[in-house]
Amino acid sequence: MLDPRTKLEESKIADQFAGRGLNPLIEDPDGAVVTPMVESETSTDEQVMTINMGPHHPATHGVLRLVVSLKGEYVLDLKPVMGYVHTGIEKSCEQKSFWKAIPFVERMDYLSYFFQMQAYCGCIERMIGMEIPKRAEYLRIIHMELNRIHSHLVWLGTTALDLGAMSMFWYCFNVRDRILDLFEMSAGQRMHTRYFQVGGVAEDIPVGFTEKVKEFCRETPERVDQYEALLDRNEIFLQRTRDVGIVSRERLLELGVTGPLLRAAGEPWDLRKVTDYLPYGDFEFSVPVGTVGDNYDRYRVRVAEIRESIKIIEQAVEGLPEGPHIADDRKYVLPPRDELGTSMESLIHHFKLVTEGFRVPPGELYNPVEGPRGETGCFIVADGSAKPARVHFRDSSFINLQSLKDMCVGGLVADLIVNLAMLDPILGGIDR
Amino acid sequence: MEVERKSAAEFRSEQLRARDMLRGDLEGEALEEHVKERIITTTLDTALNWARANAVFPATFGLACCAIEMMSMVASRYDIARFGSEAFRASPRQADLLVLSGRVSIKMAPVVRRIYDQMLEPKWVISMGACSSSGGMFSNYAVVQGADKFMPVDVHVPGCPPRPEAVLYGFNKLQRQIVGDPDLGWRQRYNAAGTEEWARMETSVPTPEALAAARRVVAREEKVEQEAGE
Amino acid sequence: MPDAVGLELIAKEINAAHEGAVSETGHEYGSATLVIEAENNLEVLRWLEETPGQEYTFCSSVHGADYLPAEPRFAVHYELLNRDRVERIHVKALLGDPSAGTDDRWGDGPLPTLRSSVGIFPTAEFQEREIYDFFGIVFDGHPDLRRITMPEDYVGWPQRRDFPVGGEPVIFTNTERERAGWYE
Repeated sequence: MLDPRTKLEESKIADQFAGRGLNPLIEDPDGAVVTPMVESETSTDEQVMTINMGPHHPATHGVLRLVVSLKGEYVLDLKPVMGYVHTGIEKSCEQKSFWKAIPFVERMDYLSYFFQMQAYCGCIERMIGMEIPKRAEYLRIIHMELNRIHSHLVWLGTTALDLGAMSMFWYCFNVRDRILDLFEMSAGQRMHTRYFQVGGVAEDIPVGFTEKVKEFCRETPERVDQYEALLDRNEIFLQRTRDVGIVSRERLLELGVTGPLLRAAGEPWDLRKVTDYLPYGDFEFSVPVGTVGDNYDRYRVRVAEIRESIKIIEQAVEGLPEGPHIADDRKYVLPPRDELGTSMESLIHHFKLVTEGFRVPPGELYNPVEGPRGETGCFIVADGSAKPARVHFRDSSFINLQSLKDMCVGGLVADLIVNLAMLDPILGGIDR
Repeated sequence: MEVERKSAAEFRSEQLRARDMLRGDLEGEALEEHVKERIITTTLDTALNWARANAVFPATFGLACCAIEMMSMVASRYDIARFGSEAFRASPRQADLLVLSGRVSIKMAPVVRRIYDQMLEPKWVISMGACSSSGGMFSNYAVVQGADKFMPVDVHVPGCPPRPEAVLYGFNKLQRQIVGDPDLGWRQRYNAAGTEEWARMETSVPTPEALAAARRVVAREEKVEQEAGE
Repeated sequence: MPDAVGLELIAKEINAAHEGAVSETGHEYGSATLVIEAENNLEVLRWLEETPGQEYTFCSSVHGADYLPAEPRFAVHYELLNRDRVERIHVKALLGDPSAGTDDRWGDGPLPTLRSSVGIFPTAEFQEREIYDFFGIVFDGHPDLRRITMPEDYVGWPQRRDFPVGGEPVIFTNTERERAGWYE
C-alpha cells in the first residue's frame, strides 16, 4: 500500500517506527533551499527529519534536489528530484537539420561533449553507411580520451573539495586548463568545440599540436602521482571513502549502471573493449576494475582510467596516420574552402548543405559509446527528411543516479555527500 | 589606478618625514605639505563603495556548462582572488553577487528568484553566457528566454560558455559600476522603486510630527539648561 | 546483435509462446529490431530475459518516440543487451493514440497505456517516468509515475510532435520590421 503523498510503502515506514504513524516525507512543491523540517513530536532519537537538499546546494554538483529522510544521523529514504536544468534539447534537435543539431547534443552532458558528438555523429554515419578516414578516427580517439581525463579531473577536484581537500581542486583545474588549451588549439573553443563532423572532424590539427599532446602525456602521469600521494595516505579521505556506499555488482547491473561505478564493483565492462565503434583495438590499454565497490574503489578506478587514457593518447599520437581528416563525400561533407572559388559543383553542394542539410534514409538506430560516466547512447529516428524526427540520449548519469538510493540508505548523512560526489552526476546530462 | 614608482631615496626621505611628524617635530609649512601628500580626503560613501567593489562575495551557485567555467575562474590560472572575490558563499544570505551560470529552465526560475530575494542588499547579478542572457540557442518550451524576465541583471557576459577572462572582464565592469553607484540604478531601469530592503535614507527630510517632537525635546533641554544656569 | 536468421528464429519462438506478439522484424544498420504489440511487451521482454540461450539481461535504455502522422502513433523502445555475447536487440512496442482524431492539443484526453517493465528491469524506473513526462504514455504498475523533469503542475506533453516548440522569435536585421518591434 502506497502512501498517496509520499509514494512510500507504508509497511516499510511502519516497520521502522513500529506503527507510530509518522510521515517522513513532506515535499515543498516549489523547491526551497535547504530547510530542515522536524516532523514529529517524539523524542530526538526516534523522530524522523526530512531534509530538502538542493536545488541550490554546493555539494550536489549542479542543481539536483534530494529529499532525504533522516532518523538521527542515518538516511532512511532518499528521493532525487531533477529537471531544474531541463533544456528541451531533444525537442530542439528536431527543429534543426542533422548536422546543425551537433552543437545541441554537445550541451547535454557538458563535461563529455566529445562523447555525445561521437554518439550522435557515429549514429548518423551508421545510418547513411559512411566510412570515416583512419586519421579522423584517430583524431576522435585523441580528443575523446583527452575529454575523459578532463572530466575525471573535474570530478576529482570537486569530490576532493566536498571532502575538504581544497588544494586538490586547484591542482586538478590547473591540469584541466592545459587540456582545454589543447582543445582550443585544435578546435578553437575551450568547451563545446563542435569538432566532430559527420564524416570525420571539422579541421585538421594545427602544426605543433602533436608535440603539445606528447608533452602533456609526458607530464601528466607525474601530476597524477602527486594527486595520489595527497589522497591515498590521507587518513580523513580513507576513512570517508573506504567501505562507504557499497552496492553489489548484481544490483548495479539490475539498475543499469555502467562506467566506472560498475567497474569499481568488479565488472570489467567497457564498450571500448567489446565493440568497435572506433578502432580502440589498435591500442594497448587495460580496463581498471575494483574489488569491493566502495567509494575508495570508485576513486581508484577513475584515477587509473586517467593513466590508461594517457596511454591511449600516446599510442594514438604516435601512430597518427596521414591522410584526409574528413570523408570525401560531397553529399554529406562540406567541400573545402578553396574549392568554392573554382568549382561550381562544390558551390552547389555547399549551398545545399548549408541551407537544407543532407537527408538520411528513414530508419532508427541506437548507437552507444563509452563515455566517462558509462554508456552514452544516441537514438535517432529519421523520417527521410533533412531533420531528425527524434533524437534521444541515454545519459549515463541519469541512469546511474538511480543507484544513489542504494548507496545511501542505512548510511550516515555525511556519507551521502561522498556517495553523490563519487557517483559523478552531471545535471545537464540528467535533465537534458 | 595609476601607480607612481618612487625611487628608494625618495621613499626613505618620506619615511623620515613621517617619523618626524609622529614625534611632533614637523611644523608649519612642512607639516602642511606632508599632510597634503599623505592623506586622501573623500566621502564616506565613496570609500564604502570602493571597499564593496573589492570584496564581493559571490554565491556558490552553478546551473549548467558555464558553472564549470565559473569554477575555473576561481581556480589557479584565472584566479578571481586578484579582484578580492574568491570567497564563494554557499548561503545566499552571505553572498552579494549571483552569477547566473547556465540556462534557466522554467522549473528553476522560481528557485533562482527565491535565492535572489534571499540575498541581502546591495546585491548584484552577472548573467553569464548566452542562455541566461537571452535563452541562447535553446529557444524552446523549457528555457526562460533571458533571466532578466524575472530578476534584475547588471552585467551580461556573452559566450557559450564565455571564457573565464570574459567573465573576469564582466566582473571588473561590475566593480566599476559599484564604485560609481552601489545600487546601480536598476530600480529605475526595472521600475522597482519602493522595493528597498534597507532603512530608507529619509532622515534628512523629517516628517512634520518628528520635527515638532524634536523641537519639543530641544526646547525642554534648553529650559533645563537655563534653570541650571540661574 | 543476432544475425538475420537468428532474429527470425527469436521472432518465431516468441510467436510460438505468445500468439501474435511479434508483428515484424527489422535488420538494418547492424541493429536487430523486434516490432511488438504494446499489450505483449512484458511477455516478450521476460522471454528475452529468461529464455536459456537468449538472456538479454541488461537493459541499456528505454525511450519513447512519436511517429506522427503514422499509425500507431507512439512507440516505446527497449534496448536490451546480452553482455556475454555483446549482442544488442532492440524491441519496439507500438502504441496507438486513444485520443486520435479529437482536438486534443494539451493532451487532456485518454492517454496511451502499457504495462511497466520496472518489475523486470529496475533501471526502467526513471526512464519510464521520463517517457510519461514527455509523451504522456502511462505505465501501469509503475511504482512512482510522476513527471520527472518538467514541473509537476505542467500541462501538456512537450516532446510530442504536435506540441509547439515554444521559445521566442529572434529579431535579425532582415526581420526586425515583421517581428515584434523594439524600435517602436
